[in-house]
Amino acid sequence: MSILLWVVAPYVALTLFVLGHLWRYRYDKFGWTTRSSQMYESRLLRIGSPLFHFGILVVLLGHIGGLVIPKSWTEAVGVSEAAYHVVAVVLGTIAGIATLGGLAILIYRRRTVGPVFTATTRNDKLMYAVLGITIVLGLAATVAANILGGGYDYRTTISPWFRSIFFFRPEPALMAGAPPLFQLHALSALVLFAIWPFTRLVHMLTAPIGYLTRPYVVYRSRDEQPTGTRPPRRGWEPSR
Amino acid sequence: MRIMAQLAMVMNLDKCIGCHTCSVTCKQAWTNRAGTEYVWFNNVETRPGQGYPRTYQDQDKWKGGWELNRRGRLKLKAGGRLRKLLTIFANPLMPSINDYYEPWTYDYDRLFSAPATEDTPVARPRSLISGEPTKITWSANWDDDLAGGPELAPADPVLRKLSDQVKLEFEQAFMFYLPRICEHCLNPSCVASCPSGAMYKRAEDGIVLVDQDRCRGWRMCVTGCPYKKVYFNHRTGKAEKCTFCYPRVEVGLPTVCSETCVGRLRYIGIILYDADKVAEAASVPDEKDLYEAQKGVLLDPHDPEVIAGARAAGIPEDWLEAARSSPIHKLIFEFGVALPLHPEYRTMPMVWYIPPLSPVVDILAKTGHDGEDAGNLFGAIDALRIPVEYLAELFTAGDPGPVKGVLNRLAAMRSYMRRINLGQTPDESIATAVGMNGRQIEDMHRLLALAPYDERYVIPKAHAEQGHQLEELATQCSLDYEGGPGMNGPFGEASGMPSPVAVENFHALRERQAGDELDDANELRGRVNLLNWDGKGTPEGLFPKRNGDGS
Repeated sequence: MSILLWVVAPYVALTLFVLGHLWRYRYDKFGWTTRSSQMYESRLLRIGSPLFHFGILVVLLGHIGGLVIPKSWTEAVGVSEAAYHVVAVVLGTIAGIATLGGLAILIYRRRTVGPVFTATTRNDKLMYAVLGITIVLGLAATVAANILGGGYDYRTTISPWFRSIFFFRPEPALMAGAPPLFQLHALSALVLFAIWPFTRLVHMLTAPIGYLTRPYVVYRSRDEQPTGTRPPRRGWEPSR
Repeated sequence: MRIMAQLAMVMNLDKCIGCHTCSVTCKQAWTNRAGTEYVWFNNVETRPGQGYPRTYQDQDKWKGGWELNRRGRLKLKAGGRLRKLLTIFANPLMPSINDYYEPWTYDYDRLFSAPATEDTPVARPRSLISGEPTKITWSANWDDDLAGGPELAPADPVLRKLSDQVKLEFEQAFMFYLPRICEHCLNPSCVASCPSGAMYKRAEDGIVLVDQDRCRGWRMCVTGCPYKKVYFNHRTGKAEKCTFCYPRVEVGLPTVCSETCVGRLRYIGIILYDADKVAEAASVPDEKDLYEAQKGVLLDPHDPEVIAGARAAGIPEDWLEAARSSPIHKLIFEFGVALPLHPEYRTMPMVWYIPPLSPVVDILAKTGHDGEDAGNLFGAIDALRIPVEYLAELFTAGDPGPVKGVLNRLAAMRSYMRRINLGQTPDESIATAVGMNGRQIEDMHRLLALAPYDERYVIPKAHAEQGHQLEELATQCSLDYEGGPGMNGPFGEASGMPSPVAVENFHALRERQAGDELDDANELRGRVNLLNWDGKGTPEGLFPKRNGDGS
């Protein structure tokens, strides 16, 4: 059972995540978009969307800090477990609440604003459900373990398990002992990663960071790739 | 010097009768699809009026285009790169659907399905956005022909810039039509605003396009364009804009709006410009100098040095030939009658306008004067401040000088040609009064009044060696791509591999015209494109499949 949950499932999710993105990028560049609904409604979006997105960016940074960076590294630079924990819990809880609040506003908007609701696909609804559950579980795990309970040092169990996946030497035993809320959070996150490439969440991978460095006006030549027409097949290149 | 070629347009506003044929044919060709119901790549607005979208010219509100920063360098008015990325999650400066208008259809089914009653059943309007019954309160041309004038027109941002006096004299109304398409600017602020780099200016002909495969729907281009000519397709989540009908101009045909223009008021041609000078010209400190600065970027195609430079830059010989006989170059330089729209946005727009003399002539005629007498016209252009100032706000950042110059030339042409028509001796003094000679006036008259087709449109074809790849020629089988047209993938409308625009439009248009319900995209798969069917045999897919019996 623990092999299935903590070895097979992560690899399935990761494979789907990577291959799914590759496939979608090749097959469906045109569908790769945020599908913004700002045209329909702007007032609620202007509160909810930044709240959610900035919140989740902090959450993402927190996860990188907690899962990717080994405990020994932070201790080596002199950050004690207690100090790390306070920062992580405070920042994590604030960011988590902002994210959840933002998401709540966005979902409320999606349900109550007519045009936005009509533009919502079944795909979107599934994605919202999984995303919402993951965020709620994550926040619940943090709050239950650290604020209500006596604290839980996931950096000795969950983080090594997480890293072990990427070293292809998975250690399911580490995860099997984690509190159930953390386990559920990890599982729902795996589901989220598995469906990620097939939802509108793909827009995250093409966050336009390059905009900061590229020249303002882009020139492109027609020869490069004729728009709208399929590229010439092998053996049928036009003679020049 | 980096010489580039640009396809540009001039519109002669005196000849626009406001019939909206250009808008309608453009819509039929390009935006007759779900998600673009509210989109008019070409629209005709009555001036004074609020325009489409409402009050788009109010850049204090919409922050489109460029401005100079404290160091005198160009910066996007809506904020630089970092600011754009920080506001990417909710663009604070994006117009909502209500700033355009909420598109609607009618509940036609009611006419048939209503039970028999005393009263005639009514097809009630239904919003195409929410699907709910709606009340029609605005559209792209709500204030057409000054409709609702006293209430609506004062909100015109151009009118508000004029002195108070204008509002009081509004009773002596003047009006004219302003057809607008994308300006295909030399310094496009929409391209500069696009975070994904999906928008680009085509190096060969300067057409500004959106790469639909790279657009991620960040919506910054909509904000960046001061003319609000980039639109957000709310169904596909991608930006769309006027394409200058590139599949047509590539094979030497004029754009749909030009081809179908009833008044023959549009001119298309090539101009050469120096791309290295664009930024410098766009950042001259005084807005009123921008018109001259913009002219300074354009090059004389007869200059041997320019020709040599253009050859070195790889511009083909037939394009240089076209640049030499370009009506655009003639109208801007030789006759000096074309002016750019809102040069103060600093985007270097490439759709130019010949301002209308008709408001002046109308007022003259109304007061019982001879509206074709040179002396009367020159006097009136000097005296009638309101129309001239209004035109100056549109075309020269408020400087009435160049507008008066253009109007004088048009007036001179009017009275000079009248003498010829009446069999009187031509009066050379009329021509010299506006710095021209009789020969030039007659040439200008030929181009503006007779407007022969091949003098109006001097469009060189794209390189012959690329012909195989061009859309409209379709020497490849048009259905030879994966998926087929208008497919409904799992990720929303038209996901999957792209289909040639021409094919997609051909099918979609026919389906919409002939169908009696929303088209079923699957129906179109595997159908033969009659445009390039050679007429032999009955290829599979020539006839539609029957529903139901599977034959």
